Amino acid sequence: MIRSLIVARVFGFALLAFAVAADAQLRVEITGVGSNQFPIAVANFQRDGQVPQEVDAIIRANLQRSGLFRLIDTGGAAIAENAVVAHGEWRARGADALVVGSIARLADGRFDIRFRLYDTVKQVQLDGLSYVSPANDLRLTAHRISDRIYEKLTGDRGVFATRIAYVVQLGRNQYELQVADADGANAQAALRSREPIISPAWSFDGTRLAYVSFESGKPVVYVHTLATGERRAVANFRGSNSAPAWSPDGKTLAVVLTRDGISQIYSIGADGSNLRRLTNSGAIDTEPVFSPDGRYIYFTSDRGGGPQIYRMSTSGADVQRVTFNGDYNVTPRISPDGRQIAYVGRRDGRFQVYVMDLASGQELAVTDTVMDESPSFAPNGRLLLYATEVNGRGILASASTDGRVRTRLSGPAGDVREPTWGPFVK
Amino acid sequence: MNTTRLVAIGLAALVAAGCATTQLEEKKPAPVTESKPAPAPAPAPAPVTRAEPAPQPIDPLNDPKSALAKREVFFDFDKFDIKPEYTGLVEAHGRYLASRKDRHVVIEGNADERGSREYNLALGQKRADAVKSRLQLVGASAAQIETVSFGEERPRCTQHNEDCWWQNRRADIKYK
Repeated sequence: MIRSLIVARVFGFALLAFAVAADAQLRVEITGVGSNQFPIAVANFQRDGQVPQEVDAIIRANLQRSGLFRLIDTGGAAIAENAVVAHGEWRARGADALVVGSIARLADGRFDIRFRLYDTVKQVQLDGLSYVSPANDLRLTAHRISDRIYEKLTGDRGVFATRIAYVVQLGRNQYELQVADADGANAQAALRSREPIISPAWSFDGTRLAYVSFESGKPVVYVHTLATGERRAVANFRGSNSAPAWSPDGKTLAVVLTRDGISQIYSIGADGSNLRRLTNSGAIDTEPVFSPDGRYIYFTSDRGGGPQIYRMSTSGADVQRVTFNGDYNVTPRISPDGRQIAYVGRRDGRFQVYVMDLASGQELAVTDTVMDESPSFAPNGRLLLYATEVNGRGILASASTDGRVRTRLSGPAGDVREPTWGPFVK
Repeated sequence: MNTTRLVAIGLAALVAAGCATTQLEEKKPAPVTESKPAPAPAPAPAPVTRAEPAPQPIDPLNDPKSALAKREVFFDFDKFDIKPEYTGLVEAHGRYLASRKDRHVVIEGNADERGSREYNLALGQKRADAVKSRLQLVGASAAQIETVSFGEERPRCTQHNEDCWWQNRRADIKYK
């Protein structure tokens, strides 16, 4: 009957090791939108029985937060997935696309979620899918449906079903490393500490976080497996151990150590073996990050007098300077396609996230805030998540790489900082 | 701003002075005047053995009037060079350490909150190391000096303005 209906099974995340931080949800505020917003109507899904999550509302919020869609009022009526759609009527209301869906509770307690996406201009179905999901995966299913809609209409892969990690300081001696959905909801604490936690970095496969914890009184690099909560110190040498960065294959970390004097970049196995020194500059070398193709390490160095971004081969050879504008450029991050670099630049006392096209060297400030830190690319390369300060509080914000779409995510309490955007979830 | 800064440094010095005074009172060394020479020339009875400890010279480290009472070095934004107004202070500690090889210090480097946390961690280390080099220049040995950086993670002052930031761009000389 429904020829394009595909049945997909949604696998649950193993989040058993996580402590729930239910009161720590981030709130989203949109401060900039795209220039051409696509008009879309997302009708309420027809429900069969009690459904614990507002799947349709989550989809609407996702599309709106992306800044690329304008939501058309649906009048609140539910439209079932298999209903006959009056394309002309929705067209007249201004919607170029329409989403309808149904949710039914199955005998085993799980839910059957179906949706269809229509192009009301061409009067054709663009997508249609069915999911079977346990109750605690309904949010994830809503994010996956949002990803399908986003990809069909923009041509880019959606990032709603991905996760982010960040650090919250809740009090003078109260720090949490939290993992949340990309919209800031469903936040879970992966680590609580009385000492600072900085520089979380997500492995390319999304299973592990590396970070720096001061819990022993000094900075030590840990690798933390999210599914099990198992963690181990992988760099704990004399002096300071910090700034972990994953190689794309997940086998190696670049780290910054002071064991031999000034902060220099080393490589070390993800199990703590095989330490090798990569830089030998006599200046600060820090914030290494691998290019997604694994060929280069970008890093911050003050070898030229002030901090600038440099690039070298993963063996430490062929060092080239990358940034030349301004006297302070730090925290390089490379886009997933390897073509753009994001960093924090200081110009006229303002610290802002810049995006540079590596081929042309053209740079663009993409934020409307002035105390920016820690940019992190979304896995589709379209958005950057970063930390900034608004009204004296540390918050997270996002900006599209063209600088048009901007949102802010603030928690109910504490300073939020050090975000890192996880990879696509398979 | 400069006025605020001087006042704050003065206050810090006063606090340090208060601590040093308390320490002197607690030690209660025998006053120097009690140490009388044995009366001569007449044969005298056996001198009374005193239970009090022998008089000690005052450790200049505990003297509030000493240059050693000041133990903070402040830096400009993104700088790690020791400014001329702090070289005297640092060298006084270096000379003291050179004269007292049994004493050890930890130099703690800090940075203000602006810029990246990792760069600030490295910058704090460079500030601590700059103080260490200066201490060694006047005779302190490397074995007496440990350096550590807290970057921007342990701010003394948490407001988001220069009145706070200058206080956090700091290296502390702490005696063990």
